[in-house]
Amino acid sequence: MTWSLFVAICVAAIASGTSIAFPALGEILAERSGVLNLGVEGMMLMGALAGYIVVVDTANLWLAFVAAILAAMALALIHAFLTVTLRANQIVSGLAATLFGTGLTSFIGKPFVGVTAPAVLETLPVPLLSDIPFLGDVLFNQDPVVYVSYVLAPAVWYFIYRTRPGLNLRAIGESPATADAMGVGVNSRRYLYILLGGAMAGVGGAYLSLAYSRTWIDGLTAGRGWIAVGLVVFGMWDPLRALGGAYLFGFVDGFQLRAQALGSTIPAFFLNMLPYLFTVLVVAISSGEKLRRKLGVPTALGLPYWREERT
Amino acid sequence: MIGLERRASLPLGRRIGILSVAVVAGVLTSGLLIWLSGYDPVKAYREIVQGSFGGGYALSQMVAASIPLAIIALGTAVAFRVQLWNIGGEGQLYMGAFAATGVELVGGPGGWPALVLIPAMMVAGFVGGALWAAIPGWLRAYFGVNEIITTLMLNYVAILWVNYLVYGPWKDPEGHNFPFSRRFPPAATFARLGEGQLHHGVWVPLIAAGVLLVVMQRTQWGYELRVMGENPQAARYAGINLRRNILLAMMVSGGMAGIAGMVQVSGVVQVLSGQISNNYGYTAIIVAWLGQLHPIAILVVSCLFGTLVNGGFAVSQVGIPQALGFLLQGVLLFSVLGIGDFFSRYRIVVRRESRVVSPPVPVLRTDEP
Repeated sequence: MTWSLFVAICVAAIASGTSIAFPALGEILAERSGVLNLGVEGMMLMGALAGYIVVVDTANLWLAFVAAILAAMALALIHAFLTVTLRANQIVSGLAATLFGTGLTSFIGKPFVGVTAPAVLETLPVPLLSDIPFLGDVLFNQDPVVYVSYVLAPAVWYFIYRTRPGLNLRAIGESPATADAMGVGVNSRRYLYILLGGAMAGVGGAYLSLAYSRTWIDGLTAGRGWIAVGLVVFGMWDPLRALGGAYLFGFVDGFQLRAQALGSTIPAFFLNMLPYLFTVLVVAISSGEKLRRKLGVPTALGLPYWREERT
Repeated sequence: MIGLERRASLPLGRRIGILSVAVVAGVLTSGLLIWLSGYDPVKAYREIVQGSFGGGYALSQMVAASIPLAIIALGTAVAFRVQLWNIGGEGQLYMGAFAATGVELVGGPGGWPALVLIPAMMVAGFVGGALWAAIPGWLRAYFGVNEIITTLMLNYVAILWVNYLVYGPWKDPEGHNFPFSRRFPPAATFARLGEGQLHHGVWVPLIAAGVLLVVMQRTQWGYELRVMGENPQAARYAGINLRRNILLAMMVSGGMAGIAGMVQVSGVVQVLSGQISNNYGYTAIIVAWLGQLHPIAILVVSCLFGTLVNGGFAVSQVGIPQALGFLLQGVLLFSVLGIGDFFSRYRIVVRRESRVVSPPVPVLRTDEP
């Protein structure tokens, strides 16, 4: 592997990883509050399509990202209503959200397949920093959304571990009854973090359709929402680890794409399998039962909370 | 003051009534979405009903679409019974179809009679799906690895693997470069029943439902699974081998999906390709859940969802995207979850503020997993 190829793969790794990093950070917030959101894939698709439609109609990227966030949040709101207010099974509700998002985007998105977007997210080299050899090319010659993710991951980390609302967030995920007794509103906060998680999934989806793939096709996300959920496990509910995991995934993804472009003798089908096998592998190595007990999986994850039934 | 109260039990009639309300609400909501998307909901629903109930051909297509749904869902129900979320039905279906086709590639040219070849393919389908499900099953049973992510990721891998085969080594040399395997000989296919796609594989889900009923209700293994599902702690103290049963439940679940793959290639498609399933593996999850994991109910619900899958084809004939079928599935699941499930578990009660509040009476939680 030549040096320039390695650099190219690293550049692709950051871009590909960013599309996973946003939903993974959002999922961390939701899961920390005690609610599993398996609808990430559907919410990413909602964001990807809404963003794409708005760009095709208005050529305005700002509006596109706003639309993506709103569309994904709308689906997140349904999930929040079902799981928090109606205390439905979180797994089934999340699956329903993914099925609904997949079906709706495929249904509405039909006329937009093959339509070229009039504006896409262009790279914006950071002055000075982008001149650093290697690191400048890889990290600071990207588009603005990537730079946002550099700030967002440490910000979410700081929020969770170093602020009072972050402490409350961890409390409602660990022991909602205790948090409730302390006067922390469990349900309102769970709504908030599910919606925030949805918004970030929407950004990740729009990043795919407007920056990474720059097109709309049916099922554009190809499992990235699920991979984001897997990376949360890998990242042990820690935003910085999850970001690292997203870049690791991006590297595998970038590698398989480049290898195909270089005409590797390995059939493309096997290279395409790599990101999925990678996800199985990282989830497997990071979730041994003994390990998990040490690592802070939110204790109340997956359990609905109802004040009248607390024990 | 309006409050909620947990129901202790619910008669079957009431339960069906609540579910019906949920389905009607789902149909109305979807109608609104269809209308907002610029299509005519009345026309869409008419096509869906016509496409599945308007005559012998339509019925045949609908039942044919229900067959794989029912088979996978019956297996999924076994895994769900022990709280194993097997979302990998789609991949297990493909691996079953792959294994069955492998047997066909040996037995077909070898001139095996149908009475040998079909059962051999079916066993291969079961084994293919079961082994594919054994990977996440083993990881879950022995290392506590979340099976939701692993089963789902392996779906993509399985479909890529089948695509590799039909674009490469297994491509029909006389197939005009289409990504299909060689067409199955008659000895490897289920004979058609009537004019549509309905075929003799229709007996498979019926037999499987009967077998599962007996296994779950009358055998020790079924009893162990039920205990594990109701109360894992009690199961552990009773000396039930949890790990082995988790692995086995996962393999039975995957094996059924594998049989569905075999039935699908042998009965409907009659070649192996990368498009033998219409997301059946995902739809079957809803079917199993809505059928409350009960074999007979699953057979009924799979016909409802067969109607939706088939309805997707029907509406695509009149210019409405086929994805409508999946949209309807998602909305129906939401409405059943929101309305049906909620009102089956709770009831709304109006309490008078002035009355002395009595201490809460512990309610036996029979309806919670």
